[in-house]
Order: sequence, then C-alpha cells, then structure tokens
Amino acid sequence: MASRNPGVEFDPSWFETVHVNLPGIKRRAEQLGTRRTVKKQWQAAWLLRITTCIDLTTLSGDDTPSNVQRICFKASRPIRQDLLEAIKMHDKGITTGAVCVYPNRVADCVRFLKAAGASHIPIASVATGFPSGQVPLKTRLEEIRQAVDDGASEIDIVINRHYALTGKWKELYEEVCAMREACGEAHLKTILATGELGSLTNVYKASMVCMMAGADFIKTSTGKEGVNAIFPVALVMVRAIREYFHRTGFKVGFKPAGGIRTAKDSLTWMSMMKEELGDEWTKPNLFRIGASGLMGDIERQIFHFVTGRYAAAHELPMA
Amino acid sequence: MSAAVASSACSSTNAGSDIASIFDTMSYGPAPEAKNVVDAWLDDHDRKFGHFINNKWVHPEGRKTYTTKCPATGEDLAATVQGEQEDVDLAVSAAKTAYSSWSKTSGHYRARILYSIARHCQKHMRLLSVLESMDNGKPFRESRDADVPIIVRHFYHHAGWAQLMDSEMAGWKAAGVVGAIVPWNFPLMLLTWKVCPALAMGNTVVLKPATYTRLSALLLAEICAEAGLPPGVFNVITGGGAMGSMLAMHTDVDKVGFTGSTQIGQVLRRATAGTGKKLSLELGGKSPVIVFESADLDTAVEGVVDAIWFNQGQVCSAGSRLLVQESIFDTFLSKVKERMTHLRVGDSLDKTMDMGALVDESQMRTVKEYVESARQEGAEVFQAPCELPKKGLFYPPTLITGVQTVSTVVVEEIFGPVAVALPFRTAKEAVALGNNTMYGLGSSVWTENVSLAMEVAISLKAGSVWINAHNLFDAAAGFGGYKQSGFGRDGGREGLFEYVRPAWDQRAKPTVADFDLKKFGETVAERPTISNNAVIEVQSNGIKLPAIDHTYKMYYGGAQKRPDATYVRPVLSANGEVLAHVGEGNRKDVRNAVEAAHKAAPGWGKRAAHNRAQIVFYMAENLELRREEFALRISQLTGQTLDEGRHEVDLAVERLFYWGSYADKYGGEVQETTLYGATVKIHEPVGVIGIACPDKNPLLGFVSLFAPAVIRGNAIVIIPSERSPLLALDLYQVFDTSDLPGGVVNILTGNRDHLTKYLAEHQDVQSMWYFGTAEGSKFVEYVSAENVKRTWVSYGKDRDWADKLQGQGEEFLYQSIQAKNIWIPMGDIFAN
Repeated sequence: MASRNPGVEFDPSWFETVHVNLPGIKRRAEQLGTRRTVKKQWQAAWLLRITTCIDLTTLSGDDTPSNVQRICFKASRPIRQDLLEAIKMHDKGITTGAVCVYPNRVADCVRFLKAAGASHIPIASVATGFPSGQVPLKTRLEEIRQAVDDGASEIDIVINRHYALTGKWKELYEEVCAMREACGEAHLKTILATGELGSLTNVYKASMVCMMAGADFIKTSTGKEGVNAIFPVALVMVRAIREYFHRTGFKVGFKPAGGIRTAKDSLTWMSMMKEELGDEWTKPNLFRIGASGLMGDIERQIFHFVTGRYAAAHELPMA
Repeated sequence: MSAAVASSACSSTNAGSDIASIFDTMSYGPAPEAKNVVDAWLDDHDRKFGHFINNKWVHPEGRKTYTTKCPATGEDLAATVQGEQEDVDLAVSAAKTAYSSWSKTSGHYRARILYSIARHCQKHMRLLSVLESMDNGKPFRESRDADVPIIVRHFYHHAGWAQLMDSEMAGWKAAGVVGAIVPWNFPLMLLTWKVCPALAMGNTVVLKPATYTRLSALLLAEICAEAGLPPGVFNVITGGGAMGSMLAMHTDVDKVGFTGSTQIGQVLRRATAGTGKKLSLELGGKSPVIVFESADLDTAVEGVVDAIWFNQGQVCSAGSRLLVQESIFDTFLSKVKERMTHLRVGDSLDKTMDMGALVDESQMRTVKEYVESARQEGAEVFQAPCELPKKGLFYPPTLITGVQTVSTVVVEEIFGPVAVALPFRTAKEAVALGNNTMYGLGSSVWTENVSLAMEVAISLKAGSVWINAHNLFDAAAGFGGYKQSGFGRDGGREGLFEYVRPAWDQRAKPTVADFDLKKFGETVAERPTISNNAVIEVQSNGIKLPAIDHTYKMYYGGAQKRPDATYVRPVLSANGEVLAHVGEGNRKDVRNAVEAAHKAAPGWGKRAAHNRAQIVFYMAENLELRREEFALRISQLTGQTLDEGRHEVDLAVERLFYWGSYADKYGGEVQETTLYGATVKIHEPVGVIGIACPDKNPLLGFVSLFAPAVIRGNAIVIIPSERSPLLALDLYQVFDTSDLPGGVVNILTGNRDHLTKYLAEHQDVQSMWYFGTAEGSKFVEYVSAENVKRTWVSYGKDRDWADKLQGQGEEFLYQSIQAKNIWIPMGDIFAN
C-alpha cells in the first residue's frame, strides 16, 4: 500500500466557501451509468476487479461464529474455482478486499480466515458506537483499541453527526484525530452517515474534515441510515478526495456502502471512480464497496460469461 | 495545484484485451449498439430512397442521386434523390389538397393522430435512435437519451395543443401549407419542432431535411403513415440547398419554418419578402456560459461538457463562450482541462463515447480552420489527449484561452467542439460580455446566489437562459433567438403562433412588380403653397384676427424637435386646404429618435407594470378632456362628420384602457416542462420598435399601434399617418401631461416610406411594423434580413381598426413581446 494520508492541520478555509448544487450533481449522477458501460471480457475483468474491492460484510445483531465463518470462507474463494479456471484467472489470488464485521466478531474472523488459508485478507471492524455513534468518546476509543487488539487491520468508525449538524467542525476534527491515533497501524475508514448530514454541503465539509484528520478512506454510510450509498453523495465525496489530493498530494480512498446489490450497479460505481478520480482509484487500496449481497450477483454474471447460461441460485455457494 | 489526478481514461483502450490484462489496466472495451435492424430497413428499400409524398414513395425519373454516409465510419448508407422543381410542385400540391380536409378536422381528431404518432415513435425508438446516430454521427447515447425522447415528448405535448386549440387558441386558425427546412445537427428533433405545432394547428407540411441527414426524416414519414396520418399531411422531399429555396418560394407555401445558419436565414428572409408568407427563423448562436465564483465549480465543469461537447458542439445553443470570473479563472480552467482528459471520442454507435463524429468533411475543415486561426492569433489551444479512431470525422474536445473579444473564435460561431474562455471581473461586466455578440439564442448562469442568477438571467439577451444547467429542452418551453439568432419560437404555446393566423385574416398574396429597392422611399420635400392655405381666424372683441401660427415639430426624447433639415410638408384637410405644416423627417431624425428610444428603453422596460398601466390610463383621461378638439380635427382631416370624429376619439380612449389593462397581465407564465424546478417564460419587450401607421383612422390607428408596444415595455419610433399626422402630434401634449417618460414614444413626421427606409435599415431597431403599401412591405421585409429584424407588415391590405377583432387582441401582444424561457432547477434536500 502506498504511503498513508497523515492528515493536515485543521483549516476551515478549505471547505467554508464550497458550494454544492444538487440538481447539477444529480444530472451528472444520472449520466454515470449512461455514458459508460463495459461488455464481454471487459465486463468480466471489471467484475473480478470489483470482487477484490468488496468488503464482504455482515453487521447484524444475530451474527454468530457460523455465519461469520461462511463469509470468511466466501471471501477467500469468492468465485467458483472452475469458473475462474475457464477464464484463466484462477491463479490471480482473487479474494474480496476484506471482511467487515462488528468488533465482537473480529476474533472469529482471525480464526476462520486462518482456517481458510487466507489470513492475508484484511479484517475490517466497525467501531465507535456503530451505527449511531451516540456513546461517550472514551468508550468509542476503547472500542477501536479492542478491535485492533483482536486483529482488525481496518477500522470503520462513524463520525459524530451532532458535530456535523451543528457546525462544530473543529471538534469533529479533533475527535477523528483521536480515533486515528487509537487505530495505530490499522487503517481508518470514516463513515459519514451521509443520510443524516442534511445537505450535500455538509457531506463535502465532513469529507474534508475527516481527510484533514488523517482518514485513509471516507465511507458513505453505515447501511443503517434511510439513504445510503447513492451517486449524488458519492460525487460530492470523490470530488472532495480529488480536491484534497490536489492540495496535499495524499490519496484518500473511497468506500460506498449500503444498497449496492447488483453487478451492473457496481460497474457504474467503478466507472465513476475511473472517471472522477482516475485509474489509480480503481483498486482495493483506494476503493472498496461495502456489501453483503453483491458478491452473489457478480458470481452469477461470471457464470453467465463463462457458460452463456443464466445460473440458478443453488449453483453458487451462498455467502 | 499538483499534477492532474488521473492518467487519461481514454489512453488505456489500446492495452491487451484478454481478461488478465484488462483486470490490471481497467480499460474500456468496445460496446457497440447493434445496427442490424437499421441495415434491414435500408435493405427493405434497396438502399435507394425517393421522396415520401401522399404517404407513398415517389421515385421520379432522371434525378441525380446523393449518397448519404455514416460520418463515423465513412460507410455509404443509401442513395437518395436530388429533388427538382417538379418534385416540389408535386409535394406542395399534395399538401395543399390535404390541407382542405386536414384543416377542417376537429382538434380532437388531430389529437388522436398526433397521439398515435407519439406512440408509434415510442414503439420504434431504437430504430430511430440507431438510424439517427448512423446518419448524423452523434453518439447513440444522445440519440437514445436526448433526441428521440424529446421527439416523442413533442408529439405528446402537441397532441394536447390540437385537442385544446378551440379554447386555448381561440381567434386563430391554421396558416396553410408549411414549408419546413431543417438542418443536420438534430435531423429528427428539429423537424418535429416544426411538424408538431404545424399539424396540431391544422396545417399540412412539406419538409426538406438537410442534405447530409435525410434518412431519419424519411423513416419518420413512414412511421407517421403507419400511425394513421392521412396522405399529404406530412411530406418529405430530399434535395440540395437550392431545393430549399424552391420550397420556400413556392407560391402555395404559406409559411416557412427554418432552422439553420443565420446566413441562409437571411437568404430566405429576402426570398420570401413581400409575399405574405409567414416566416420563423431559428439561427446561429455563440451562447455564453457564465461562471461566477459563487458557483459549484465541479458542477459547472459538467455544465461545460453539456454546453459545448454535446453533439460535438454542433448545437445552435452550444455554450461556446465560457465567461469565468477572474478570481476563479485559473482554478476553473484547470478543472475543465482535467475533465477533458476523461472524455472519449469515437464511433457513434459505441455506447461508451462522450462524443461522436462531425457530420461532414466540410464541417471538419471549418472547425480545423477556426482552431488554426486561433493559433495564428497567438491563442493557447488545449485539446483533450484522447485517442481518436483512425477513420471517420473525429475532432477532439478543444478549449481555447488567451483570446479576447476581438478574436475570430470569440466572435464567430464555430459549430464544433471548441470552447473559448474569457475572464470577467464583475457581474455587470459578465452581462456586458455575454451580450457582446450578434447572437442571442441560449446562455447559462452558474452561481448558488439566487439573486445574482435571476438578475443576470433577466439581463441576458437570449431566448433561453439556463441557471446551473445548459442545453435543456422541452416541448413545453419555446426555443428561439434574440437578435441575429432569429425570431419565432419552437415549442410551448409561444411556438403555436408561428403556425396560425388571426381567424378573420386571409393570407395576402400581393403582386409586387420588381422595383429598385435602393430607390425605395426617395423623396423631394415640399415647397411653399400660396393658393390653398386654409384661413383660420379668431374673434377677439368683435375683431377678426388671423390665428397664431401653430408650428408642429417632431417629438423625440421627450421634447419637441425641429427636423434636422428644415423642410416641411403641408397637411391638407379633406377638402384640400393646407391646415398646417409638419416637419419633413430624414435619416438623421431617425438616427436621433432611435438613440432617444434606446436611452429610454431599459428604464421603461424595468418599470413596474402597474406604473406603465397608470400612465396609459392617464393618457385616456387626458385625451377625453380634449375630446371635442380631437373630434373636430378628425372631421377636418378626413371629411367625416363631427359625430364620427367623436366616435373615433371614444374608440381611441377605450383602446387606451384596453392596452392599459394589459400592461400588467401578459408578463409570462410558468411552463410545465419536465424540469424539477421552475421554467419561467418571461414576455420581454422586443426593444426599440419602428412603426409606420396607416393613413386610415389617423387617431385610432396610431393609438392601436403605439399602445400595445408601449405597455409591454418597448420604446418606439413611430411615423403617424402620412396624410394626417396632426392628431398624433396633438397627442404628444397628452403624453407630456400623462407622465410618459421622454424617449418612450418618439414621433417622426414626413414621407412614410422615406422614414421607413431608415428605420428598417437601422441595425439597432429590433422590429419594424409597417402599415402601408405592398411594395413598402416587401422593402421592409427584405432589408430587415440584414440584422434579422422582426417585421409586421400589411402587404398593402387595410384592416378595420374600429373592429375589435382586427384592431386589438393577442396578435398585437405577440408582436410586442419576445419570449425568454428561464430554466431554474431546484433541490437541496436529498435525505433526512
């Protein structure tokens, strides 16, 4: 992985005068999927690349070791081996980008990934009172440390929406800095919970503040808000990433999460990264998709590419 | 700023095309739309097309053929016919025959047919889109997502207008046979902009598609026939440019609807001058994209993509002039350049392309020459580093900086994917630069400051103003130009007027012998008269005294003015006695009066409508106070009885009330377009209008013409009845006592045609109304071509000014305003 974003001094002038025009953003968002498409082997190759960018996720109250084991094994072999062999991609080490779980399940992941012979797959843990963040800072920081101690190498924190909605950007900056510190070597992904930020201008500001505070990734949502990963929000965030890169030279990653379920959608997300940020942002070090169901649809598409037939659900191993 | 973020997206297409390589490079591959159905359709016709007349294919003998090509591949698509006069005659005669029944059908009948066409276009959407892209070179994405949906929408919308014609267009009737001439940039879309309102209002149509792009029009004609459109209602004939003129000049064509270059528009204006044909022109543009520091810059960058790289920039409303606030000029342009590195140019059927091919070799040459000329003038030319196909007419997206208002590429319409960028300092300067062009078709304003956006939108002289967007079109909002971008509107209720005439009116078909246009309006001033002077006396203490000489002057800039050359003309009473002398105006008086009018126009246009109404009501009040005097004057001048004179004064008073009432009731409306937000149509003043009044009804005719123009915010230079100008001159005292600001109404007396000549030839007069001879009408229309002035002429026909149908009504409002549509997208709420 390239050098991490160390963050910069808090400087509100970087975002104070920004304007975001929602109708214009929507127009662009609507065209993302109509201006670009990939077919045939391009589609297959892109879907495999997207596979490597997926944070295969389970974040439920009823998560137990058994279903966590299932996703860990699926993460290590996301596409049926015979299908990969048919397109000569079986020796590329294709796994998902990470598995993503609650802190209490991190230790399970360590165990199961090892069993699957895939300990190199990062374990991402949500933290800091996910999904609402409405717990004391002390507890939130402790949660991070615990997850890291248990073996998480990526921490998906939720930001404090209270600060964002009341314009306390300096306070937000300081909190995220503290979280970054708590992460140590683990990568920090900051979840903006954009569906609860009220305006796209706030989305931009929160993006910029998190990057200033040293986020390695900025992430759209927990998957638990009313509005999750949508293109208008994503455009604002990736443009903030671009601006931050222009100002500092540091590359921050982007992770949409929540609601991305079809292979076709994921191609448009990938295309957006390529169009708005460039080819470098199309790989797992700078692009992740948080999803649970998406992997199944991608595997179905690969099945169709290889066989020319549409797969029945039971032909593919469930996650 | 550090180096551009992205390696060019387009540069990676050449990499290996096996899955492992693509997995590494994340390149795009080809994504072609299938063209097999279009090929089959072309084969159905043996790749040979005739004209489509009376719902039948007509293959006349012995015609030359024209091979239409796919600009993206160079492939020959089909052979088409080069029509000749005989073919024009055949098609026009079919349309004329069909007109006799189609124009009598009920609105509901026509609505059913138009609805059916809309449905059938939807059924054949893919075929229409693919063919359009193959024939024109535009990306399939655009024909699929823009052109064809707009076509369908146009048919639906106008099915509605047909249904509602009786109520919504009461007092109007079909114009007759329409000759429609459309260009190659949106071959289908622009033809429906003519055909839909024409058919809805009961006209029949002969269409000439552009030379380069004929096929989609022929396909649409077939689809219309399939949808049940009766024979002869819509006919398509193909041919070269000369055939367009034949069509326009055909005596049985009653209306010419044209979209194309300003130059050809001017040719058509001259060719149809004086014939009594209606004409609407939608011409060129050099539309500004004005970006303020208060804009969402990234969104504005996308706006530039929509503005200048839509349809390869071959859009009459292309945003080809980027005006960017100096404080953000460098930042913004580097964003635009970075965006350009991601644009893809290639085969029009490839679904991953932002831009397709230019339409023809000659267009390619023009674009190259313009860019070369910019280089010669020392400009900086930046071109997107994208890979162009080896074959086909492809040109990269281009941005030119280091140019100024004098640069050729800033002044002239390039009609290609080339934008020029200029900085501005303040909003006032932005507006001045935006309007510093002979065109006025579109413009866009980029800012999050709503007060600024609205003021700039109002100040721009253009038919469409888009706020934080560019190139939005919809059937419910008229599209068309100010200045040399033409006149008339396509779409909306405002567009219907181009295809109707007042129900009481018959088209004039004047026969005007050829005359020397250069000698029109020549005059020699009158000399002193001694034999027939009226003796006017007053009685004072039983002594008769000669009345004090009353010298009438002209009236402009709010003051009485002597004629520039001190010549006068006698004004005769009905029995031939000289009642008074009035000034003999000349071209310098015209110059001065137009200048005075322009000084007054902006303030007058901005005045509260209530205030304009008050002034006109007050005029009525003051005129009535002098009822007897004016009645006597009318009687003296026209030989009518005093009672008849009183009646005319009373009618004039009522007419002032009528127009005073309209001062605050015709400002425009909200258009129901597909935009989420508001599309606001504003009825703006035309500007400075020259008006030549008829001799008949010297008071009522004058009032009937000046009042509608003035209440709608225009400033006018008016020539009252040449024979009886005294009434108008007596009225200037009424104007003064009614608080009419100086310069709003300017009255010039003298030889009507002499003054008309200089008004019609004035480059800064925006419209000319002429109620005089057939020759004069021809002259006015002919010379107005030069600056694409609007005109309203009588072709030598009288109208009954006392009749409310003829002497007032919506026709006068239509002539007194121009429609501007301001598109205001809304939205800030996206979640909780």
